[in-house]
Amino acid sequence: MLTKVHRIVMLFALALCQAPAWAAIDAYPFPDDEMRQQYNSLIAELRCPQCLNTNIAGSDAMIAKDLRREVHRMVLEGQSDDDIRAFMLARYGDFILYKPQLRAGTLVLWFGPGILFIIALVVIFGMLRRRNSNVTALSDQDQERLKQLLSK
Amino acid sequence: MSSLNKSLLIPLGIFIVLVVILAGGFGLKDPHFLPSQLIDQQFPDFALSELNDPSRELTADDMRGQVALVNVWATWCPNCLVEHPELLRISRDEGVPLYGINYNDDPFKARQWLVRHNNPFQFNIVDNKGKLGIELGVYGAPETFIVDANGVIRYRHVGPVSRRTWEETLGPIIELLETNPDGIKG
Repeated sequence: MLTKVHRIVMLFALALCQAPAWAAIDAYPFPDDEMRQQYNSLIAELRCPQCLNTNIAGSDAMIAKDLRREVHRMVLEGQSDDDIRAFMLARYGDFILYKPQLRAGTLVLWFGPGILFIIALVVIFGMLRRRNSNVTALSDQDQERLKQLLSK
Repeated sequence: MSSLNKSLLIPLGIFIVLVVILAGGFGLKDPHFLPSQLIDQQFPDFALSELNDPSRELTADDMRGQVALVNVWATWCPNCLVEHPELLRISRDEGVPLYGINYNDDPFKARQWLVRHNNPFQFNIVDNKGKLGIELGVYGAPETFIVDANGVIRYRHVGPVSRRTWEETLGPIIELLETNPDGIKG
């Protein structure tokens, strides 16, 4: 027999082990696992145009729901990842792709951080070298004085 | 000491440059503004029913012939109510045809909404699945497009249309398109 306390404890335990409720539970049917996988990876890499920083898999926005439905339709039609990305790009622009294509307009996105890093390295090395050269630069006169001071 | 001070200025300089760049990115632009991919492209094909006359099928051809405003709206969209008086004024005073896209909405509620708040639209395209919205790159409501006489999308406005929006952007662009149909790009 379960005591009252037992029941309460179990109730709490049940409440705790609920899986986090993901926004995207559409339960779309797929004929095979390959298509399901393609769908899941696409909705994970497409960005929700309404929500600034969520993929369409994780958003409950109306537009994310509509886009998931479109991705599902296109996956079932047998379209490739690139076809589906191109479809989204043509309508929503670079914003929709978390991994933007390499083009003149996106060069800064791809190489900006690397260039900043190289600039940072150059600046740091420059500063270190200057600091080192300051330490070694003692004139003969200073050397002489140093010797005198030390011998006192 | 003096050379140390000078080298301290380098990171400060870089910091200031970064602040300027980032301020440009964060402060000046509305992050919700996405440039439309569809400017200067043909209005996408569709075949959808009319809101008040469901037996009538509308296509992109129904929008040809005149420079027009196409407004994406819904009853769930508070800003659509905000811009509504201005849309009524435009349809009354400006002589520009106004076509509605009732986006992701319940057609029954939408018809009631138009009765209650008056109807500025010549017709309303029922897009209750959001398919035409996706074709247009719409991600919310309200949005307003200027479509020229040949059915080419010439401008997109995101957010409510105010008197100021009309006077500063929509009005002048429409006037330009009416007087000189090929005169503007982008």
